Amino acid sequence: MTSTESLLDRRQMAYIAAQASDARVNVELETEGMTLNIGPQHPATHGTLRIIARLDGEQVVWAEPSCGYMHRGYEKLTEVRTYPQVTALINRIDWLGSFANEVPFILAAEKLMGIEAPPRAQWIRTILFELSRIANVSLFLGDLGVQLGAVTPVFMAFRDREYVLNLIEGATGGRFHPNFDRIGGLKDDLPAGFIDETRVVMKKLRNFCDEIENLLFGNEIFQSRTRGIGVIPKDIALQYGLSGANLRASGVDWDLRRDQRLPMAWDKIDWKVWTHPDGDSFARCWIRLQEVRESTRIVDQLLDGIPSGPVMAKVPRIIKVPEGEAWVSTENPLGEMGYYVVSKGELGPFRTKIRSASFNNISIVPWVLKGVYVPDIITILASLYFILGDIDR
Amino acid sequence: MNALLAADLPYWAQSLLRVLGGVVAVLLPAGTIVYVFLFKMMSFMQSRLGPMEAGPYGSLQLFAEVGKWLQKEDITPERADRFIFKIAPLVVLTSTFLLVAVVPFGPDAWFTNFEAGVFYMLAVSSVSVLGILIAGWSSANKYSLLGGLRAAGQLIAYELPMVLAVVGVIIQAGTMNLQEIVVSQNAGEIFGWNGLGNPFLLTQIIGFVIFMIAVQAELTQTPFDMPIAESELVSGYMTEYSGFRFLTFFIAEFATAGVFSLIASVLFLGGWGIPFSWFGWSGIDDVDNWMNVVGPLIMVTKMLLLSFVIMWVRFSYPRFREDQLQRFAWKVLVPVSLVNIMVTAILKVAF
Amino acid sequence: MSSDAPVAEIPGDTRRDRIVDDLRVHLGASLLDSLVKPGDDVWVRVEASAWRRAGEVLRHDMGFDYFCFLSAIDWLPSPYGKGEDDPTEPPPERDDTIRQGYAGGQTRLQLLARVVSSTDHIGVNVKCDVSDADPSVESWIPVYAGANWHERETHEMFGIGFAGHPDLRNMYLPTEFEGHPLRKDFPLLARMVKPWPGIVDVEPLPGGGDDEEGEGE
Repeated sequence: MTSTESLLDRRQMAYIAAQASDARVNVELETEGMTLNIGPQHPATHGTLRIIARLDGEQVVWAEPSCGYMHRGYEKLTEVRTYPQVTALINRIDWLGSFANEVPFILAAEKLMGIEAPPRAQWIRTILFELSRIANVSLFLGDLGVQLGAVTPVFMAFRDREYVLNLIEGATGGRFHPNFDRIGGLKDDLPAGFIDETRVVMKKLRNFCDEIENLLFGNEIFQSRTRGIGVIPKDIALQYGLSGANLRASGVDWDLRRDQRLPMAWDKIDWKVWTHPDGDSFARCWIRLQEVRESTRIVDQLLDGIPSGPVMAKVPRIIKVPEGEAWVSTENPLGEMGYYVVSKGELGPFRTKIRSASFNNISIVPWVLKGVYVPDIITILASLYFILGDIDR
Repeated sequence: MNALLAADLPYWAQSLLRVLGGVVAVLLPAGTIVYVFLFKMMSFMQSRLGPMEAGPYGSLQLFAEVGKWLQKEDITPERADRFIFKIAPLVVLTSTFLLVAVVPFGPDAWFTNFEAGVFYMLAVSSVSVLGILIAGWSSANKYSLLGGLRAAGQLIAYELPMVLAVVGVIIQAGTMNLQEIVVSQNAGEIFGWNGLGNPFLLTQIIGFVIFMIAVQAELTQTPFDMPIAESELVSGYMTEYSGFRFLTFFIAEFATAGVFSLIASVLFLGGWGIPFSWFGWSGIDDVDNWMNVVGPLIMVTKMLLLSFVIMWVRFSYPRFREDQLQRFAWKVLVPVSLVNIMVTAILKVAF
Repeated sequence: MSSDAPVAEIPGDTRRDRIVDDLRVHLGASLLDSLVKPGDDVWVRVEASAWRRAGEVLRHDMGFDYFCFLSAIDWLPSPYGKGEDDPTEPPPERDDTIRQGYAGGQTRLQLLARVVSSTDHIGVNVKCDVSDADPSVESWIPVYAGANWHERETHEMFGIGFAGHPDLRNMYLPTEFEGHPLRKDFPLLARMVKPWPGIVDVEPLPGGGDDEEGEGE
């Protein structure tokens, strides 16, 4: 080995050593991302949704919900049930507004059979539908506070929701799972005193809305936490099939109660569809607040005009639905809830596709969570408003 | 009576009294705040009754809770840094005890009469950050880590406005001794009228507001409770704690709320004193000995008043986001308190 | 921020017929069959090779911008009936001819998607035959991003593949799960393990059998 070679070697060695030490410094300084598992047991996921978030500091690089912890296989189960039995299952999809789940299925079956409920049944259906919306969304308004760190609103929500649940219990016998809707009408008429009681409760609920608006929506901190957070533009919202308040908050003027012809009483009264152009979390929450108010107004009007007559149409004792396919969706508290019922002329449905609102509403989460901060994950999830049973079915 | 209060006690007895007094001064506010505010006031604000079963109006609920926590298993996560994990709650509680040491409760009822009391108080109040940070780090939990880091960032951000808010008081009183700050407020006069003394609340209202905001952040109470954030971080740095250690955190949280209320009342509300002119006293030496008994009562009253405000805010507001909080601290509170110091200094020289 | 638009006049046949005509213009022979129920709904059936093309046409050319759902239907009559058979008896004879529903079909598995126009609120149910041998179509994700989860679900439940889908992981079931639960030949295990009691609504007490009543206690 010549001296030049050894010199070269030494230089090379020194260079490599310097490179290595540089690399070590670089490795030491390089920050690593962190994977945060939000859920399945987490207070913000109200249920067992799991969100896997890849974080850089507190910023979300990538997030992906993982659902299925509560999948109950209702689509398969409906295939071995008769039509009247199915309502007991689908009650459990969105468990906060149970009655609203039954209605589109019953309407789909009625559509296939070519019958319609008598007017009184339609009006009572609409009343109960709106009551379950109030019960559902008023809890959302309270829960929203908890998600953002304000503990008080949720107690107010539970307090006033109790009145609504009592009404539903009074009429149907079930607080959470009424199972009251029948093909061709309703199981029973309204109990005595329901109308007066409901008027009082609707007044209380309007007060509750004012309270929440003062306490939460007018709050600077609340606004700074929700305005401009999780903005969903109109075309994205439509592509992902967002529905209900989430879609209307993106400026799409579309409410299935108004925009389709259903044998329900919504087209017989005067009410308003609220939209908001911003598409952010605040807009979604605000729309829901307005919708609770609007619902109380709808219920009040319906109580005024409720027709008399029977609550059950003439239907055979054993219900066989003729062969055919029908799609009926309604504007449920969470959004568009629809059933695609395929009948083969038997006692039960051949196939039921349950299109639940939360499934679509949550499928946008990977898109909307990109680049937000950890606290905003909670805000966005809260404002998108999902119910686990509605995602997993 | 006066003779008894003025009795000369041997040094060991005085020390023992002070240690006992310190324990009472930490635990009593904690218990009172938890029962009166956390259990009862919060319940009434939320249209419910709160605990009603244990004792009259649930007044013994606190003991039931303590008993419950003491019975629970003391769990240490498998991958936790065990030693640090175990001492973290004690570090936080120690900071509370160190804080109360400088608070004067009466003309002679003090634990230590420290010349640089304010300086000391500001210094030891940040020891709790250390406890929170190591609790978050040693729990081997990502939520805890996030909570601990948030706590560190937040408490550093709020240390500065707190210091700057107190500077105004120091300039006006001309001393850093908390006892003398009390005396200067009660012996003071407003443009020659001494019916109320001169509580610095009036002249340092900006400083007071900033101080209370900083205290709120220092205590990690809503709207600054990001380090705990039940709905995001599942109680943050406290996630992995159970039983006695969680209880220690819990006591420290509310005891610190009480102690900071005491300090705020000393700095801004005249502390233990009543306007000296009412009884014709001119200085600390004239004050009657019965003030050693009445003084602590006045202090507790003022403490409850300020804790009420702290808790009221806690129950009503949603939570800031971490970056919004930092922006608020550095862009609003620090400049405002600097302006406050400047104005105070100019006026001090002018009058 | 609010609107008082009157209830939209629901267009009659002409509007829905025009949808089918437009689709035929765009898709040509790929549009296999269609059904219009006046005032109710539209069903169309397209070829599997034109599945994505149909989505693109519907979204970009015809303004059906709202993605409602995507799923599938297995037209095979269930070999297990309603799971109410008595396991001690020989299995009953069942009609196992496959009869497809609206808009016809040739295969057992059919894809079903629904898209809606956000302006005039009319929806189209798009069906598509997928072959049993290779149940796979092109993914709709480039057209409707929201199809992602629906395709994952359909893949899991029916075993239909979607070419171009970024990750067809299972949503609900464990990764190693075998079978496709919503196919009709997948038995509902709860009914298989314990036979459905059928119309007997009260089970006899265990060991009670033929004993006289009121004997015990």
